[in-house]
Amino acid sequence: MTATETDAPIRTGTPGPGRAGPPPRGIRRIAFSHRLSRWDLKLSPYLYISPFFILFIVTGLFPIAYTAVISFMDWDLVRGTGTFIGFDQYAYVLGQPKFWVALRNTFSIFLLSSVPQLVLAIFIAAMLDQNIRAKTFWRMGVLVPYVMAPVAVALIFSNMFGDQYGLVNSVLNDLGFASVPWHSDAFASHIAIATMVNFRWTGYNTLILLAAMQAIPRDYYEAAAIDGAGRLRQFFAITVPSLRPTLIFVIITSTIGGLQIFDEPRMYDQFGTGGADSQWLTITLYLYDIGWGQWNFGRAAALAWILFLIILAIGVINLLVTRRLVRNEGSNR
Amino acid sequence: MTVKLSRTKAIAAVTGAASIALIATGCSPSTGSEGGGDGGAIELTVATFNDFGYTDELLQEYMDDNPDITVVHNKAATTNEARANYFQKLGKGGLADIEAIEVDWLPEVMQYSDLLAEVPADLSDRWLDWKAGAATDTDDRLIGYGTDIGPEAVCYRSDLFAAAGLPTDRESVATLLEGDWNTYFDVGAQYSAATGKAWFDSAASSYQGMINQVEAAYEDPDSGEIIATDNAEVEDIYNQVLEASATQSAHLGQWSDDWFAGLSNGAFATMLCPGWMLGVISGNAEGVTGWDVANVFPNGGGNWGGSYLTVPADGEHVEEAQKLADWLTAPEQQIKAFVNAGTFPSQVDAYEDEALTGFVNEYFNDAPVGELFIERANAVEVSPFKGEFYFQINDAMQKALTRVEDGTQDQQASWDQWVSEVDAIG
Repeated sequence: MTATETDAPIRTGTPGPGRAGPPPRGIRRIAFSHRLSRWDLKLSPYLYISPFFILFIVTGLFPIAYTAVISFMDWDLVRGTGTFIGFDQYAYVLGQPKFWVALRNTFSIFLLSSVPQLVLAIFIAAMLDQNIRAKTFWRMGVLVPYVMAPVAVALIFSNMFGDQYGLVNSVLNDLGFASVPWHSDAFASHIAIATMVNFRWTGYNTLILLAAMQAIPRDYYEAAAIDGAGRLRQFFAITVPSLRPTLIFVIITSTIGGLQIFDEPRMYDQFGTGGADSQWLTITLYLYDIGWGQWNFGRAAALAWILFLIILAIGVINLLVTRRLVRNEGSNR
Repeated sequence: MTVKLSRTKAIAAVTGAASIALIATGCSPSTGSEGGGDGGAIELTVATFNDFGYTDELLQEYMDDNPDITVVHNKAATTNEARANYFQKLGKGGLADIEAIEVDWLPEVMQYSDLLAEVPADLSDRWLDWKAGAATDTDDRLIGYGTDIGPEAVCYRSDLFAAAGLPTDRESVATLLEGDWNTYFDVGAQYSAATGKAWFDSAASSYQGMINQVEAAYEDPDSGEIIATDNAEVEDIYNQVLEASATQSAHLGQWSDDWFAGLSNGAFATMLCPGWMLGVISGNAEGVTGWDVANVFPNGGGNWGGSYLTVPADGEHVEEAQKLADWLTAPEQQIKAFVNAGTFPSQVDAYEDEALTGFVNEYFNDAPVGELFIERANAVEVSPFKGEFYFQINDAMQKALTRVEDGTQDQQASWDQWVSEVDAIG
């Protein structure tokens, strides 16, 4: 408090309404109430937003820190005790071939789901942006898969991708193709899982991109049409560049979601442990198995931190790319 | 108007206070578990999963006999849920007065046997020796009240047997398959040669039946050391089942969607089946008339599955809970549970009761399953030792077998990978 008291006179170059001249002794009460109202002015905003930060510290920051502590220990969940063993858990996790397979799978599924998903979403959004009949119906229609619970989607799709009696293979056989080994070939399993992700999320991204498209001034298109640009030219010269900031948002959110993919691979077979040869084991699935299958919380905590750092690293890369792209856009105008 | 205003204010004040209280107390365990505390009455909670056959009527019987006790029954949807809940709260409070556990996670529970109340010594004769033995720790404390067991027999498709020229009635099939695993696989080779179809569902599920007959497969019972990779018995079983699997397996992983389809479309002719599997088959292959069950199991008897009731030692009413657990697992009540949910009793005395001995299963061609599974239960001689790492090692083994079955790796490469995975455990 004393700091602000001494600070105040220096800043009286532009005296505030409450602080005109040195306060006489007789009206100390007023001064106090002034001080109160000054505190009110300064502290109240922080008090008003404090519930969020208190909750964040309790439910967000504390678990993260606690996880870090546990990750350096050989932790016994039931007895709530552990012995400090330093970086052994990290060394163990990084030394497991399974971890690297899981990392490969995660990125493979992420790319197989995000890239086609975004391309498809842009085109569907462009279609919906046209002057079509029953606009609202189609727009809501693309969101229907998103409403379905991921577990339900996974159940239906894993049934379809059965190796011997699944729908997809029956159709392939009827068309004269050989069955695809959906559960033993790593790449095939990634495609099957990516299909589930795409089914659920394409519509969601479509709607976000559609909203962005609607914000593009129509004059651009009129001007382009007068200049003789075709639909395709308009799409690539106006629509796509204008979508850039929204695209960046969509890419970042789908990156985070993609790196944490869990429901779909977990529901893909009856065991939920990523396949006999870890064909579709993802990082979070591996984390779950270590924590809740083997009850090795120290190791699971170490893996959780490794995943956190991976996401952080990719977040930083995203940020750098974003900055560059945004600056480019500014200079273009 | 003023009334309304003050009411909204009051509500705001209350919600504010409540949310502060919520933050302040965090998640304090076991609040409100001492309900019904007037007049010395006690509330006992029983936590189970799936279906133990403990109906409201059954529990009401106990409450009628003990007017000062109220029994509240909580059912978890899946065993995984129950397992996660159990280990999160064990030793910290917050568990029910009686908690059911499955034999699958018994080895993990045994590591914390000191946190559970002991079963009174005079009760231990109630159960089959191996059932009580598996829940007895190194200090000779029995910590689980056995409920049901899963004695294994062989289920088969009599229509497929007929098509292959094999006997179809369950006595002849029992004689045909009497013997060790070689007999089982030899008949399988005959069947597959005659029909070109699969004899059993998958290598992994057959392996499970075989390894459950090995006394100490993966860990040394005395030291707890991992011996799995050097154990010749394990390697023999691995090779035997995979050699048979090359021609006789339908390659359908147990519980996969394809496997469920295979139950009804005749993808395989036989399956190892514990008592509770009958319900799985009849539930998923409705309309199939061929399924039958033979009173035989390769190489003697085998057990797969079953549960226990445990009483956490830090509960508020340990003594009363022990009395209830005692009552629930007494032969009379276990037979009622069997009739309710098909959970096969683990109590010796139950096997003389007519409700059990006279029980027939319509779906399985009126098989006398009560009597049949009593014999299968008595045939179980080996209680396999399952230590701390049993399920990790076994899970890795199941995957190794699957890798060979789906053609990802050959027999040797898959074994080598399993060895390296087991070496990394611990």
